[in-house]
Amino acid sequence: MAREESQIKFNRRKFLAGVAIAGAAGAAAPPAARAATTALTPGTTPRPSALRPSAAVAANETATPPAMAKSEGVPASDFMVDVIKSLDIKYMPCNPADSFRGLHESLINYGGNKSPEFLTCTHEEAAVAMAHGYFKIAGKPLMVCVHGTVGLQHAAMAIYNAWCDRVPVIVVGGNDLDASKRAPGVPTFHSAQDISSLVRDFTKWDDQPVSLPHFAQSFVRAYKLAMTPPHEPVMIALDAALQESTTLDRAKLTIPRYVPTSPPQGDGNAVREAARLLANAERPVIVVDKCARTENGVKLLVELAEALQAPVIDQKGRMNFPNTHYLSQNARGRALLGQADVILGLELSDYWGTVNGWIDNGDDDGSGLQESHVKPNAKLISISSILLNTKANYQDFQRFQVVDVEMAADAEATLPALIEAVKQALPANQRAAVEARGGGLKKAWSETRDRTRQAASYAWDASPISTARMAMEVYAQIKDLDWSSVGGDRQFSAWPTRLWPMDKHYHHIGGPGGYGVGYGLPAAVGAALANRDAGRFSVSFQPDGDLMYSPGALWTAARHKIPLLTVMHNNRGYHQETMHVQRMSNRRNRVAYLGKDLGPLGTRIENPDIDYAKLASALGVYSAGPITEPNELAPALKKAVQAVKAGEPALVDVVTQPR
Amino acid sequence: MRLFHACAIALTVLAPGAALAASAEHGKAMFILHGCWQCHGTQGQGSIATSGGKRLAPNPLPWEAFSGFVRSTNRAMPPYSEKILSDGDLADIYAYLQSIPKPPDVNGITLLK
Ligand code: HEC
Repeated sequence: MAREESQIKFNRRKFLAGVAIAGAAGAAAPPAARAATTALTPGTTPRPSALRPSAAVAANETATPPAMAKSEGVPASDFMVDVIKSLDIKYMPCNPADSFRGLHESLINYGGNKSPEFLTCTHEEAAVAMAHGYFKIAGKPLMVCVHGTVGLQHAAMAIYNAWCDRVPVIVVGGNDLDASKRAPGVPTFHSAQDISSLVRDFTKWDDQPVSLPHFAQSFVRAYKLAMTPPHEPVMIALDAALQESTTLDRAKLTIPRYVPTSPPQGDGNAVREAARLLANAERPVIVVDKCARTENGVKLLVELAEALQAPVIDQKGRMNFPNTHYLSQNARGRALLGQADVILGLELSDYWGTVNGWIDNGDDDGSGLQESHVKPNAKLISISSILLNTKANYQDFQRFQVVDVEMAADAEATLPALIEAVKQALPANQRAAVEARGGGLKKAWSETRDRTRQAASYAWDASPISTARMAMEVYAQIKDLDWSSVGGDRQFSAWPTRLWPMDKHYHHIGGPGGYGVGYGLPAAVGAALANRDAGRFSVSFQPDGDLMYSPGALWTAARHKIPLLTVMHNNRGYHQETMHVQRMSNRRNRVAYLGKDLGPLGTRIENPDIDYAKLASALGVYSAGPITEPNELAPALKKAVQAVKAGEPALVDVVTQPR
Repeated sequence: MRLFHACAIALTVLAPGAALAASAEHGKAMFILHGCWQCHGTQGQGSIATSGGKRLAPNPLPWEAFSGFVRSTNRAMPPYSEKILSDGDLADIYAYLQSIPKPPDVNGITLLK
């Protein structure tokens, strides 16, 4: 929308009032009114279709009230702030940009920098990842403003991660639409016809409001859609001219009330059929990925698993199931799936990959070996909301898997009905068998635990430090606190989720979703922000490669006093790629070229080594390291924990084994 | 890590395959050069990248099984042909793995209780 046109549009009431008053006073009409009059056929007297109101009535109805006589209207973006505040969005991680300067100014000066509070970020990717991490602890979305072009380009990868991870983020992109009015040069480089097209493939919905009522509806709708499972990011393209316009209509503008949409529940017949299969199964297995959205989700899953005495294989996209429970059987997943007669998959990102194996060994003309992991007659059940929101281009929907009973529904919302149906469907003569199943699983659980402890003891005293040692040294320092692990652990043999007792819904937050690198640090900072408000201690293991995408998030944590213990899993490389290039070299019978590095050229972050402790302290963060000797860990961690308890971020650089 | 750099430098002196019969030290350098450490860890302790944490040390598989596996495995581990890893170097790797001491008793490690 053109800057001036919008001005005219939003001043229309004032203009009309002006006509009435001016007419009543017999003064000259403004030029636009004159033009309208002269457009009538010359010589004819216009005949009103109704009696004109008296001057007094007209003035009462349309003129500016005396109290507002001197007001020049309200900045349109103040109203936008009112809309945003109606949704109680607590923070706005953000890198400033002029295409949303109108809204920025309103947020801090009119909105008092509260709900949302502006959190200065050094990169848009970090801002979106912070919102991503925040949601996974707080269960509430944040908004992020970005430059609609260059800022959105920076943000895009993080939006994709949120999309794959089913996390709502409200992205607002500033843009100046009127090509004839916007400033030439840089602001025009930073404008586009349709900024949202860049992320339309991986946002649930987007809009480009052209008026303030439209903005109010769009923003509330965006929030509502983002928060309806499957949760996803949404995008609002916000015209700079609209933000910077003035409205005299504030009193008449309304904000639609936000009413949460109830999550989709599985169809009754399908739920009963699933329950019948599960209740009559000899070896049912439950596999979960992004199942528990809330604390209650964890409880419900425990209830279902106990009713069936079925092992649970947790793919850990969320904190779904307590690893302290004997039905938690991740380590035996492959064997259990191989024996299963009924498999229930709850919000799996990749059902095919759950029941099939793929081995990267170059078989089948290089595409790898594929094999089924389950019995051919095993019955597969799926409850997943993602079926309700699939797009075509990006392949996050994964390979196609035939499933016997498939519900396009939110698993957590369907669990109460499923539990009830399972309890009813369990045949009386099956109860003893069900109990016996549980007995076997208790034994297997404690054997697995012993094996895991044993596995952790290998290379216990090694330098570079073993990842198991690192994980357990950290645990020793935080175990008496109300802790929350806000980073992933797949990259270092998943020691925390295997060895730390996790039974609270905030004990871990799952992974990045799309595995786009650069998520780890800012998502941890976002999750730590939510934990700060809940009075919890946050800890994250931070891969070195990931840190270097947006190390500036450390500064954001220092600037906004977000307490977070960052422990570097510093293997000095993009280690996944190190292994990939090794694999390709072997396949082609060539010795991998290392140059002066320890791994195939191009995959290592060494020569020179990066000093992460110095980097952190340069960004205002308490730091220690690099630590290469395991017995130096405890004292360094102890001090860092003190710093975090005092309310600051801290970083300990640990030089580690690769995985 | 410095230790491993030292090994990597030693490689330039010891041409790969130079027959130093069953030298654990040379074996360690080869373990690094050929990337075994990437998946197995520098002490062969295993990791998430070795199918459920398969370990190479202490007590590696008997030599025949060990070398047979490295040469001809066709699953999650990329096999190493003689063209890229000589028998001599593989024997040295084996010697290195044999030289790795047992870890401390897990029940004696307070942090793992
Ligand atoms: C890219 C990762 C990778 C690299 C590099 C690698 N391995 Fe492996 N290795 C594996 C995996 C995965 C397994 C388990 C394979 C399986 O179970 O089929 C394994 C298993 C083994 C086994 C069998 C262990 C057992 O108890 O069954 C031996 C022996 C072995 N590796 C030796 C080596 C040696 C020696 C090197 C270097 C010359 C090496 N590996 C390099 C991934 C790797």
